[in-house]
Amino acid sequence: MKAGSPDRFMEKETTLRKGEKSMFRKIKDAVAFTLIYLAAFYAVLLLSGIIFYVFAKGVPVLGLPFFTTVTSVVKGTVGIAGNLVNTVYIVALTLVVAVPAGVGAAVWLNEYAAPGRWERLIEFATETLAGIPSIVFGLFGMVFFGTTLGLGYSILTGALTLSLMILPLITRNTQEALRAVPESYRSGAIGMGATKWHMIRTILLPSAMPGITTGILLAVGRIVGESAALLFTAGSGYFLPDSGSGFFHKIMEPGGTLTVQMYLSMASADYDAAFGIAAVLLGIVLTFNLLLKMLARNKLF
Amino acid sequence: MDIGLQQSISDVSQGRQSQTLTGKRNHTRRIEAVAESIFTLCAFFAVFAVGAITLYMIANGVPAVYRLGFREIFFSSVWKPAAEDPSFGILYVILASVVGTVLAVFLGVPVALLTAVFLAEAAPRPLAAVVRPAIELLAGIPSVVYGLLGMMILNPLMYRLELWLFHDASTHRFTGGANLLSAVLVLAVMILPTVISVSETALRAVPDQLRASSMALGASRIQTIFHVVLPAARPGIVTAVVLGVGRAVGEAMAVNLVSGGAVNMPLPFSSVRFLTTAIVGEMGYAEGLHRQVLFTIGLVLFGFIMLVNIFLHRLLREEEG
Repeated sequence: MKAGSPDRFMEKETTLRKGEKSMFRKIKDAVAFTLIYLAAFYAVLLLSGIIFYVFAKGVPVLGLPFFTTVTSVVKGTVGIAGNLVNTVYIVALTLVVAVPAGVGAAVWLNEYAAPGRWERLIEFATETLAGIPSIVFGLFGMVFFGTTLGLGYSILTGALTLSLMILPLITRNTQEALRAVPESYRSGAIGMGATKWHMIRTILLPSAMPGITTGILLAVGRIVGESAALLFTAGSGYFLPDSGSGFFHKIMEPGGTLTVQMYLSMASADYDAAFGIAAVLLGIVLTFNLLLKMLARNKLF
Repeated sequence: MDIGLQQSISDVSQGRQSQTLTGKRNHTRRIEAVAESIFTLCAFFAVFAVGAITLYMIANGVPAVYRLGFREIFFSSVWKPAAEDPSFGILYVILASVVGTVLAVFLGVPVALLTAVFLAEAAPRPLAAVVRPAIELLAGIPSVVYGLLGMMILNPLMYRLELWLFHDASTHRFTGGANLLSAVLVLAVMILPTVISVSETALRAVPDQLRASSMALGASRIQTIFHVVLPAARPGIVTAVVLGVGRAVGEAMAVNLVSGGAVNMPLPFSSVRFLTTAIVGEMGYAEGLHRQVLFTIGLVLFGFIMLVNIFLHRLLREEEG
C-alpha cells in the first residue's frame, strides 16, 4: 500500500473493478494470516520437537547410577554425581555474591539516587553488562579472577565470573518490584518515624520479595545453562568432593557443571551421556519455568 | 543507705537513659550512613565490573596487535598459529561472524516478527496461552542443547543437501554438514525468543486508537497490522532486532559444534570459524603469541558488542523520549 503516483492509482482503479479488488485484498489477507499462524506454529513445533527428541534420546540413559556415580573407566560407570555437586556449588556461590549486590544496586537506584549523571551511568553499566556475551565474561574471569587474583581454575573463579553476568538480571527484577511498591507505603513508614533503612528493611524489601525471587529463579536458570563463561574459569573437573575435605577446599578446586560436562561429552562424541545430561538440563529448565509461572500467579507466597 | 542507693539507682538509670537516647540517635545515624554507603557501593559494582572488563580486554588484546602489526592480524586471512612460520590473520574469522550474524538476523527476524504479530494482534486467547510459554521456554534452553540438536539433526540433513548439490563438483570440500548454513540456522532459532518478546511488547504499546482509526477508514485487520501497527512500533522492533544481533554475535557454544571450525571464507557450504568459536576452540591449549591473538579476537568481539550496546542505549533513550 505504498502511496504510488496518482496515475498508477487511477490505472489500478480502472483495471480492477470493485469486486475484483476486494477479492484480491481478501486473498492477500488470508495469505498474511496463514503466514502469521505458521510462524507461531513453527515456534511451538520447534519447542515440542526439541523437548520430545531430547527426552526420547536422553531418558533411557537416565537411571539411578547416572545420578549417583562419577564417570570412571576403572569402575565402568557413567555418571554425573560430581557435576551435580559442582552445579549446586556454583549456583549457591554465585547467588551469594550477586543477589546482595544486585538487590543493593536496585535499592540505591530506586530509593537513594537522584536522577542525574550517576544514575544514568549505573543504568548504562547494568545494560552493558547484560549485553556482554558469556564468552567475554569467561575470558575476563580467567585473567582477572584466575590470574590476577590468583584463584586459578576453580569453582570460586567460575562463581565470581557468573555473578557479574547475572547481576543485571537481579538488579532489573528488583527494580521493577520496587517500582511497583506504592508510594504510600514509603510515606506511611517515614511518617510513623521509621528511618529510611528501617523502612527499606521492613517494608520495601518484603514487598519486593516476589520480584527478587523471580530474578533469582531466572538467574538460576541462566547459571545452570551456562557453559562458555565457565569453560575457562571453573574448568571441567567431575569428581565428587573428598569426604571431609571441607567447603573451602572444594571451592578452590576446578569443577565442571552439568552443562560444561555435556559440552565435553559432545566434543568427545559421547552422545549418550550428552543426551542424558541434556534431558536433566531440560527437566531443570522446565521445573524452574513452572516455579516462575506459579510465582507470577502468586501461588508461592 | 536506702535512700542513697535509690538515689544512685535513679541517677544511673537517668544517666543511662539520656546516654542511650543520644547514643541511640548516633547509632541510628551511623546505621543509616552505613546502609546508604553499602547501597551506593552495590550500585557502582556494575560500573566497576564494566570498567574492569573493558580495561582487561584492551590490556590483553592489544599486545598481539602491537607485536604483529595491525595489517598482519586484521587484513590477513591465513590462520596458521602452530606452523613453523606462524600466521595470525583473523580476517575470515571476523567476516564469518559478520556474515553469519547478518544471515541469521535475516532469517530469524521475519519469523519472529510474524510470531510477535500473532501474539499481540491475531491470536485467540487460548492459542496465545500456548504459544507464549513455549517461546519463554525456548529462551530458557541452554545453548549447548541447541548445539547438540544441531549436531545430531541438522548436520546430517545438511550433509545430504551438500551431497545432492555438489555430487559432481570436483572442487568442493565436503564438511559433513558442519558449515556456515547450519550455524546460521541454529542462530536464527536462538534469536527468536528475544526478538519475539521485545517486539511483542512494542506492538502492545501501540495505542488502540490507531488501530480503531485505521479500521474505521476501511482497512482490513491485516492492512491495519502491516501498515499502521508495525510502523508505529518501529523503534521497539529495531531494538528487538539489535538485541537479536547482539545475541547472534556473542553465541559461542551452540555454533561451535555445528559450524565445522576451519578458518575459511564465509560461504554457505564451507566450514567456518567465528570470533566466539575461535576462542572456545583454542583457548584451552594456546600459549604465548597464539594466546594473545585469541585475546585480540576477544577484544574484536567485545568491540562489536559495545557498538551494539551503545546503539541500543541510544535507541532506548529515544524511545523514552
